Amino acid sequence: MPWETDKKNGSWVVKVGLASCGIAAGGQRVYNALKADLIARGIKNSVELRRTGCMGMCYSEVLVEVFPALGKRVFYRNVTPERIQRIVNEHIIAGNPVTEWIIPADELDSLLSKQRRIVLRNCGIIDPESIDDYLAAGGYKALDKALHSRSPQEVIDEVTRSGLRGRGGAGFPTGIKWGFARKSPGSQKYVICNADEGDPGAFMDRSVLESDPHSVIEGMLIAGYAIGASEGYLYVRAEYPLAIHRLEIALDQARERGLIGESILDSGFDFSISIRQGAGAFVCGEETALVASIEGKRGMPNFRPPFPAQSGLWGKPSNINNVETLANVAWIILNGAEAFSAHGTEQSKGTKVFALAGKIARGGLIEVPMGISLKEIVFDIGGGTSEGLDFKAVQMGGPSGGVIPANMADTPVDYDSITKTGAIMGSGGLIVMDESACMVDVAKFFLNFTQDESCGKCTFCRIGTLRMREVLDRISRGEGKEEDMDRLEELAQGVKKASLCGLGQTAPNPVLTTLRYFRDEYEAHIQEKSCPAKKCQALITYEIITEKCPGCGLCAKYCPVEAISGEKKKPHLIDPDKCIRCGLCMSMCRLGAISVH
Amino acid sequence: MATRTKEREELSFTVIDAIAHKHNVQPGAVIPALQEIQDAYGYVPPVAIERIAENIGVPSSEIYGIVTFYSQFRLEPVGENLIKVCHGTACHLNGAERIAQAIAQATGAEEGQTSRDGRFTVERVACLGCCSLAPCTMINNEVHGRLTPESISKIVSHVQEVQELAPAK
Repeated sequence: MPWETDKKNGSWVVKVGLASCGIAAGGQRVYNALKADLIARGIKNSVELRRTGCMGMCYSEVLVEVFPALGKRVFYRNVTPERIQRIVNEHIIAGNPVTEWIIPADELDSLLSKQRRIVLRNCGIIDPESIDDYLAAGGYKALDKALHSRSPQEVIDEVTRSGLRGRGGAGFPTGIKWGFARKSPGSQKYVICNADEGDPGAFMDRSVLESDPHSVIEGMLIAGYAIGASEGYLYVRAEYPLAIHRLEIALDQARERGLIGESILDSGFDFSISIRQGAGAFVCGEETALVASIEGKRGMPNFRPPFPAQSGLWGKPSNINNVETLANVAWIILNGAEAFSAHGTEQSKGTKVFALAGKIARGGLIEVPMGISLKEIVFDIGGGTSEGLDFKAVQMGGPSGGVIPANMADTPVDYDSITKTGAIMGSGGLIVMDESACMVDVAKFFLNFTQDESCGKCTFCRIGTLRMREVLDRISRGEGKEEDMDRLEELAQGVKKASLCGLGQTAPNPVLTTLRYFRDEYEAHIQEKSCPAKKCQALITYEIITEKCPGCGLCAKYCPVEAISGEKKKPHLIDPDKCIRCGLCMSMCRLGAISVH
Repeated sequence: MATRTKEREELSFTVIDAIAHKHNVQPGAVIPALQEIQDAYGYVPPVAIERIAENIGVPSSEIYGIVTFYSQFRLEPVGENLIKVCHGTACHLNGAERIAQAIAQATGAEEGQTSRDGRFTVERVACLGCCSLAPCTMINNEVHGRLTPESISKIVSHVQEVQELAPAK
């Protein structure tokens, strides 16, 4: 099982998942209620209450894990402060678990049996604010091993041999990248951790930073030793206040213990790390733009070469790795390249973390060996779709990626197979869509995003994406023209070819993949002026089903344009001329008395 | 973060200068300095742009270019409460537009606006990273997940009620 027990003999351990998802679901209130309850009963000393990070099963938040003094540990799901008393009373005091609130064993098994945890090895297990927890879990042993029994070149060779490729999306071999930075002449070099996770629908890096910040710091230190750098920057997006907070704590602790600073572990290796907060620009995920941003400039990409490994931050050789890449490093050094490359496929070694979200029954943070099929992820781990509708597609790689249809769910998850579909591996956002998703709407959604985030340097990216957006807008309004699909493809090729950085080069992917796999939906919008998924506002109407409407007036109360009228306790009516098709009435109606055509 | 409007009246050069000076020695200090300014005032006041430019020794047009490039920075003061409506992929699929509509109904402010009474500023954000709890919204740095139009309306009116009951600061 991925979660090893770590309890002290003879005592109970109770853990509450307190990463952002857990806190948003009310985790802190649950933690406080538990603490108060244990104190009130006077059993505070025999039950160890602990904070931990993301347990990965976000669909069940708030999660509380209980390790009994004897017997099996269990996960309580959807815990509220009100449920605490019963859990403590019946389980901890009387020894009878409250079975109806526990995640059943078969569910846990299907969720976990196909996962393999390397990056997430400590997530949901250790207290992210305690360096002692990290040390007890074998933390900083890899750093010690690298500093005292490996030369920098040997560290690079080990990472190269492991087959680790950049987990930010592009998949460049990490060891080779380190080798370039090491070979670049210069005494001042930098290691930069890219934690500017800007893809909508992705939360892998946030979860790792909130749950196991030391693993990333240790990875940076080893990278610094390998390439000959003495300074590191953690570039974290400002939208992740908890990740920044826990990183600050971790950095302070590591400094106190002499793991950051001068002559680390008496090895003569000096390294310092500081945090820079990203100010909200998606393009800063691109290496040269990120460097510009740390230098205090507008985050606009530059032409490569020179690559950052030759001339990066302040013109010095710099190595930039993503959070997940760095979180793999210590494990590889400690367990060896072969242990890592034993997982995965020929070209894609190791594991990949995914943020599973969208219309999925069991959304959360998962880590799977490369080569697993999309079907296994969606159905075995994710439990299928969430609302009983048919599975339609997955979206991988966010705004740079694409849509893979349900009939290609056998596709193995490795860099090359995913690229062949027109999508990209990306950083790990995996959004599941059911029949309610309109593919024209999805394409429009991502293009809106990239259009907003285009830095404006390249004409094709700046204006080409705008023209594409206009075409998509017109299609979704039912005003599309027959030639629009060809026009979209032509513009897409132009934007791909004539953009300097990855943002522009990949921006058309969502449009191209939806055109490739869901052309019939585009045709329905253009030729029949209809939206098969009933999503595009201009092409749908809302109606009240007279037989079902009791006349409660709730829909009328919430209608923003007063389009709904009717006498109390009598069926209401929607005025189609006033209706703006926001669908608020449909969300409000508890009796399903509103239909959409 | 200071989201209370009162503080905007108390713009003082001492605070701005202290922040500018603190970062003066560091290369690439402009963005962290602007972030601290926004933390202190809730937005980046035009006068701060001038002062930072003077203190750090770069043209103010350059600072303005940075402020407008990054979506984090605001040039207008915010209302007493800041609502960030998530429009990430998962939230979009799970009805973020309806949540935004319900928030507009409850606060009287559309996305990108501040309500007339100054109580709420509503912003549209790309992703809060709480995708498993979609749709979600952040109110004054606290994330609320698994929302429905009805539940978010209740949360907003609850925020209003609590603040009306609390003695004026």
